[in-house]
This record gives sequence, structure tokens and C-alpha cells, in this order.
Amino acid sequence: MLDISDLHVSVDGKEVLHDVDLHIGEGETHVLMGPNGSGKSTLLKAVMGFGGYCVTSGSIVYKGREITHLPVHERAHLGIGIMFQRPPSIAGLKLGKLLAAASHMSEDAIEALAQSVNMEDLLNRDLNVGFSGGEIKRSEILQLKAQQPEFVMLDEPESGVDLENMALMGKAIAHLLEKDAHIVERHRSGLIITHTGYILDYLDADQGHVMIDGRIRCHGNPREILKVVKEGGYKECLRCKQM
Amino acid sequence: MQTDVAELEKLSPKDRERLALTGLDLEMKSRCGSFFQIDQDVVHTSCNVRGIEVLPIGAALEKYDWLQDHVWKAVPRDKDRYTRYVARQEKPQGVVVIAHEGSASVMPLQACLFLLAEPVQHVHNIVVAREGAEIHLISGCASSVQMEHGAHLGVTEFYVGKNAKVTSTMIHSWSAGISVFPRSAAIVEEGGVFLSNYVCMRPVRRIEMYPTAHLVGKNAVGRFSTIVVGTPGSHLDLGSRAVLAAEGTSAELVTRAITTGGTIISRGHILGETGSTRGHIECKGLILKDGIIHAIPEIEGRRTGTELSHEAAVGKIARHEIEYLMARGLDEETATATIIRGFLDVKISGLPVVLQKQIDDAIDKAEKGF
Repeated sequence: MLDISDLHVSVDGKEVLHDVDLHIGEGETHVLMGPNGSGKSTLLKAVMGFGGYCVTSGSIVYKGREITHLPVHERAHLGIGIMFQRPPSIAGLKLGKLLAAASHMSEDAIEALAQSVNMEDLLNRDLNVGFSGGEIKRSEILQLKAQQPEFVMLDEPESGVDLENMALMGKAIAHLLEKDAHIVERHRSGLIITHTGYILDYLDADQGHVMIDGRIRCHGNPREILKVVKEGGYKECLRCKQM
Repeated sequence: MQTDVAELEKLSPKDRERLALTGLDLEMKSRCGSFFQIDQDVVHTSCNVRGIEVLPIGAALEKYDWLQDHVWKAVPRDKDRYTRYVARQEKPQGVVVIAHEGSASVMPLQACLFLLAEPVQHVHNIVVAREGAEIHLISGCASSVQMEHGAHLGVTEFYVGKNAKVTSTMIHSWSAGISVFPRSAAIVEEGGVFLSNYVCMRPVRRIEMYPTAHLVGKNAVGRFSTIVVGTPGSHLDLGSRAVLAAEGTSAELVTRAITTGGTIISRGHILGETGSTRGHIECKGLILKDGIIHAIPEIEGRRTGTELSHEAAVGKIARHEIEYLMARGLDEETATATIIRGFLDVKISGLPVVLQKQIDDAIDKAEKGF
């Protein structure tokens, strides 16, 4: 589904990602871990095509099509979605209106969708204005539900979410990634940045990757990687790779 | 006065369209009354609500002696050369709206002032809401598409009685060569509410206005909302002022200004003359293309117990906001227009739905031009 090869990305003229390779198959969910500032969010933003994240070499291929230089909205149209960790507030734009614009769903269908995830109270509020941490996550989930991306990137979905909402979040993300479907019926893929691994309690991930200093240092079973990191920190990953 | 339909029908379809932009409803579907002046001729007045009268100023002054006390009281006749020009007219024109004690209408009254062929249009309007009355006015001011140059001098005096409420929504739709000099002021008594909304999204040569609300009675409330776009060649010098002259009075002045190349000077002044008063000025500006937005908020407190504040910001649309919406599938142009639309969306508390819709429509129509 997503093939990233030899990707180099610069921010403000400084190379942040070096020679990144990542391959995510159809129906697979991958987890990206790594210390703060290692380049995880940069990778997601580069895949989405945000300005300021300049691909200096390498390629991003999505469903067989090179998208390295496509504008953001065209990537969205192709089926790529992203959950923002800290989305901007946009005064005067109602969440419900954005959902209508992003999905071409009718007002009733949006209302029903919001009700199904207990989020109808957010529809008539200005986008992210005065939203609590939990409300931001719920709003992001709702936007993705309306958008129905085939490949979804989530940047720390558990940050700022209390335990009660964590279950709601985890289940909603699992649903987005068709975790409730039989493996052969599952077509949606995901890439999730997590620090804590809490999200793994709600969905199984197929692969884990560790990014350190802009390079992917390690691939493996996400739970095992998490266990190593919890016990020995990321320096253990460095040591392990160097051996 | 009967509807002089023939006068309205003389207008070209384009002029009628332009009038519609200002909120004029020629079919009167959602209006409780109407006043229509073309150049210096009053062509139509009507009102179908008991207790509310709409009269040409001459007829009103003949009918009610007490009205003399409301002439040139809120707006001084010698305020400037424009008020002096209006004051020295032998045949003053304009509308007088009187909402008698306790009368109320949720549907707005519309006043339309249209500049068709004469170089100068002058009007003197007086709005009186007596104790407990509630009225909503929508004034559309426009000029003919054929009119290249001209001036509109409009004096409007508002007298908001005890516990009365007046909402005045003015939507302008001029041409690039027209100069406009409204001179308005309100005197608001105890418990009275004065809401003034101004929308101008179309080109104009020059607009200069600085309406004032004198909150003279206890707990009186004043609120000005201004939504304007400065197109290339337009010079908009706009302000609003509130004088908090009695205990418990409060005022809020809110402006959203966008320049696409024109000059906008956004002034605001709240004067806290007494204790237990509150006032706030908020001005937000967006520079879409090189132009000028000059915000000059002034707060002036003279007694302990007055609380005044202001916030002003001028900037651009943040790139990450546009990209956020693009990530949801909106193309860049649509994302930008959506953010601009949101920026202009000032929800005015206490405004009837039909008026809010009128403001929204005026913005929606202009938004397509960005």
C-alpha cells in the first residue's frame, strides 16, 4: 500500500530524515516508536505532503502511484488520512460544516455518524476552539470517520486522553483500521506513532519500527520492541543495532 | 403612503440585484415595514405592525411636536461639514421610525436608500424606541450600477428608551466612485440595548464614519459589530465609540476587517466615565493582498470600577490551517475561502435569525470573489 524508499527530508534547510525505507502492506498496521525529536512526526507530515517538509531525494509510492510531489488534498483524495496531534483552531468554522465539505455526506448522515460515536455535541462548535484534549481526539476521529481513508496515519493518538476516553479512542481507531474484519477482508492500513504503546491494548499491530535521529534503526514485533524500550530505553535499540 | 411600484420598476434588473445584496426584500416576505428613498424622493413607506410607525421625516415632524426634542440631539448639527450640509437643507429627507411604548416586532423594518442619478444624496433619519419597545432595522444603502461618482450623507439618530431594544443592521453596496459619510449616534436609557451591525463587502471610494453610543441609563448595553472588506482603491475609515456614562453599562466593539488591496482604518473608543462599567474592543484583520489595515483601539477609563480591555490582531491565514483542511480533501482555494468565511463569522447575540441570515448571505456572496 505504502512504499517509502531512500527518503531524505529537510526542514528549514536541515536534513531531518535520512535514507528512510518503509513498506506497509494492504491491511497492515505498523507502529512507529522513537525518542522525542527523532523525526517520527516529520515522516508522517512528509507522507501527507505538508509544506516545509521538503523531500530532497527518494520516493513515496502509494498504491503503486508516485505521490512524492502531489499536493496535500490530492493525497487525501487518493485515500490517505492523518490524525493531527495538535490541530489548529479555526474560529467560525463549525466541525459539522467541515465534515460536510470533507465527505459530501448529507447533514442527516453526518448527524447519524456523530451520534454513533457519541460526538454530536461537537458538531456545532467552532473547529478545535476551546476543545479539551479528549474533544480534539474525538473530533479528529470523527473527521477521519467521515473521510474514510484507506491509509491512516495517527500521531500519538493516546496523548492527552484520559483512561475512560482511551477505550473509546482505541475502539474507534481499531474500527477505522477494519480490525473487526476478517484478515482476508481487511484492506485498510495504518501507521501509528506511539510513545506509551497503550493503543496496542485495543488493536493488534503487525510491525513495529524504531526511529532514532531520523533513521529507522529497527523493525520487529511491536510488543517485543516496546518491552525492550520499557526495560532498557532507546539506547538499548542503538546498542542492539550496533552489535 | 402607497407603494409606488412604478418607481421601483423603473430600476434596471442590475440595480434591483444590487439592492437585493443590501438585504432589501422588494416582496416584503420577511419584513414588517419599509421605507424606500431614491435620491431625494421617498417613494414608499409602510408598516404593518401596531404601535410602530414609519414616516418620512417631514410628515413625522408635522405629526408629533415632541419629535423636535429628538432632532440633532444625539448627533450635533455642527459636528462637521457633512452634518452642517444635511442640517441646512430646506427640505430634509429621510425616515422616522417610532416604536411606541411596548410595541415589538421580531421581523425587521427595512429602510433602503438608493443613489440613482443625483450627485449627492442626503438623509436625516430618526429612530425612536419608547419604553419597552423592540425593533430591528435593516438599512440597505446602494448606488446604481450606472452611477460612477456621487456622495451619500446620512445622519441617523437613535433614541433607545428605558428597557427598549434597537438593532440596526446596515449593509452597504456601493460603486468604486462613491463616497459615503454616515453620521450616527444613539442615546440609550436605563436597561436599553443598542446593537449596531455594519457590513460592507463591495468596492467603494471612501467611507468615513464613527458612530457613537451614549449609554446614559443604568445597565444600558451597546454593541457594534463591523464586517468589512477593503478592495483596491477603497478607503474605509471606520470606527465606533461607546460612552459608558451610567453604572452597570457595558459595551463591546467587534471588527473583522479584510483587505484585498484597500485601506481600512479601524478605530474604536470606549470611554468609562463611571464605575461598575465594562467595555471591550476586539479588532481582527486579515491582509490577503498588500493593503493597509490600521487598527486604533482606544480605551479610556476615568473612574475606579470601570473595566476596559482591547485586543487587536492583524495577520495572514496560517499555512498550517490551510493544510489542515487540505488534509481533509479540500483544495487550497476552497480551504482558504472556508477559513476566510469563518474569520468573518461574527455571531451577534440577540440578533433575530432573519437578520443574521442577511449578514451571512452578504458575506457568502462576497466570499466567492476572494
